Amino acid sequence: MSPVPLLAVENLTMCFGGLVAVDNISFTAYRGEITAIIGPNGAGKTTVFNCLTGFYRPSAGRLAVHKDGEILQLERIEGFRIVRRAGIARTFQNIRLFAGMTVLENLIVAQHNPLMKASVFSLAGLLGLPRYRAAERAAVERARHWLDRIGLTDRADWLAAALPYGAQRRLEIARALCTGPALLCLDEPAAGLNPRESAELNDLLLGVRDEEQIGILLIEHDMSVVMGISDHVIVLDYGRKIADGTPAEVRADPEVIKAYLGEDEIDNAAEEAPLRPLAGREGGARANGAAA
Amino acid sequence: MTAAAGLAVDSAAKPPAFWVPFLKDAVLAALVAVLLALPLVGLQTYDIGGGALGIRTHFDWVAIGGAAVFAGRLALRVLQQLYRTRPTGRARVLISIAAWGNRQALPITLLGIGFAVALPFLPFSSRYLIDLGTTVLIYVMLGWGLNVVVGLAGLLDLGYVAFYAVGAYTFGLLARDLDFTFWEALPFSGLVAASFGVVLGFPVLRLRGDYLAIVTLGFGEIIRIVLLNWAPVTGGPNGIGGIPRPSFFGLHFARSAPEGVATFHQFFGLEFSPDHRVIFLYFVILAMALLTNAFTLRIRQLPIGRAWEALREDEVACRALGINPTTVKLSAFAIGAMFGGFAGCFFATRQGFISPESFTFIESATILAIVVLGGMGSQLGVVLAAVLLVSLPEFGRAFAEFRMLIFGAAMVGVMVWRPRGLIAHREPTLRLGSSR
Repeated sequence: MSPVPLLAVENLTMCFGGLVAVDNISFTAYRGEITAIIGPNGAGKTTVFNCLTGFYRPSAGRLAVHKDGEILQLERIEGFRIVRRAGIARTFQNIRLFAGMTVLENLIVAQHNPLMKASVFSLAGLLGLPRYRAAERAAVERARHWLDRIGLTDRADWLAAALPYGAQRRLEIARALCTGPALLCLDEPAAGLNPRESAELNDLLLGVRDEEQIGILLIEHDMSVVMGISDHVIVLDYGRKIADGTPAEVRADPEVIKAYLGEDEIDNAAEEAPLRPLAGREGGARANGAAA
Repeated sequence: MTAAAGLAVDSAAKPPAFWVPFLKDAVLAALVAVLLALPLVGLQTYDIGGGALGIRTHFDWVAIGGAAVFAGRLALRVLQQLYRTRPTGRARVLISIAAWGNRQALPITLLGIGFAVALPFLPFSSRYLIDLGTTVLIYVMLGWGLNVVVGLAGLLDLGYVAFYAVGAYTFGLLARDLDFTFWEALPFSGLVAASFGVVLGFPVLRLRGDYLAIVTLGFGEIIRIVLLNWAPVTGGPNGIGGIPRPSFFGLHFARSAPEGVATFHQFFGLEFSPDHRVIFLYFVILAMALLTNAFTLRIRQLPIGRAWEALREDEVACRALGINPTTVKLSAFAIGAMFGGFAGCFFATRQGFISPESFTFIESATILAIVVLGGMGSQLGVVLAAVLLVSLPEFGRAFAEFRMLIFGAAMVGVMVWRPRGLIAHREPTLRLGSSR
């Protein structure tokens, strides 16, 4: 399987006043692959997501999406249009479901744009024209497909807030998938899940990757998820990319060990230490070249 | 010695009888009541002649008030204690009532509509009752209109009366300057009010909650003050008079009509009665209100209606799903305002005279109270709350100056016992089961 580039991030920088949250990051995500972004708290992972999904406008850099043979510049698309134009859907670190609506309604709201188009300024909908009815039936079918997939079909008419935590996480993923994305961005989907639920999540994500042939971008702290399913891992620390490679490569990278375990562990190998930051930057430059 | 120690421990661990804190609480409440009542009720000034004032004391009233507060507070606490010990029974009753209400939603609705249609012809009906019914229905319609903005889209609007005023003045001006009739002006009233809804919507797109409430409150006042001061156009405080009454397919409700114009009673061969017009107005607003309801119920099940509710739940998630918050918010404002405009147009034709007096903040507050009291987003709740809020002060007239007090107490009571409104139940817009 030769990977098709889907998203190319080039020299992304995001500053909040004097604080540089994301500093000159470049990476590529491929269709049909799971790319994990890891790093200690405050490394800038969620900021990258917010830039990709239009919640922040990047201070500098280019975010290019390859879609149907053309290249879209994400930073030029208005935030809420990114889902429809570029096909990037996301979930949130703290679950953001429509708590007062039912599970099914959550999935139907995710299909707002095609349904809105079918309802023709709500006129066809108000009159109950067959065209709109068909679109609504199709939306329900799509919702049912994902409900079956996440095992919530029998709870479709429950309020989203009434679901247990793990089911809410799965529902949020299903809701993002209902928009029909090319790239799915998941912000800590395994947070708060027990080991069994984590394993189920792994299966779900692998299945989605293979069946839908979409790219998945994953922020995660749970290493059993990251190392188990990622094709490709990017490590951030203090807003900079310090490593980029397969799970095995990243796990062995001394920079990564330093970022996760602290300076003291590295002190034992003091003579190698001064060279390491340089090596990290070189790694970043190589990735830039590949993306461009 | 061990026995003595055991006894001491026993008496120390024994909690005070359950009524001791209640007694303390009741005494405290009575004390506060007496302190407040002493200057307010206990001392009364009166004229001793020659313009001088004397002071009369009424300490007996203060004592009665204190005793009443003491007894009332004690009874309340004891009742609460009794219910707390057996919460399951009470909860079960409430749940079963709610479940019955949900199962019987359609029969209850049909019964309500049937009653509303039959009201003018019932034996105990009177002109006063039909007038009251018309007023209630105006508020029901306003409540349903505001329900779109507040209940569905979750945008707190404290200036809804502005759209009511815009609708009324649109008709007033069209009638005065261009001789429009009620039916000709009705669509324009809705259209102009909807445009004002969009005008209000634009600057407040980024605001939520308290900030939105303040801006909408200001908007309501701006409209009223403009109507008051733009005298050459709006007539200022004198308002606009001589607004035409609605006709029944061209038939007028009058004792005699000018040449070539038919009157209602002549056409149907009836004895002239001024009640005909009152009953007709009642049916006009009933039909308008029911249309509003049908429209709202339908649009709730369409993508735009679901987007309103999703926006109320979580705006950030809406953006992430590709929903444009700007158009969703503006459409909610516009449609809510449109119904306010229709109601305003009807108000103008019913009164025959409009002035800024009728569009004060208290009206906005009443309409919002109807929506909140009824249960946010509930159509049936709005009806119940409108009946309660509009007719309660009317029936309280017997109590003269105490009627607002009773009104306030009833509202506090409802909010204590049903904090989420009279009808807090939300019906899903579609079910998986139904589409199977």
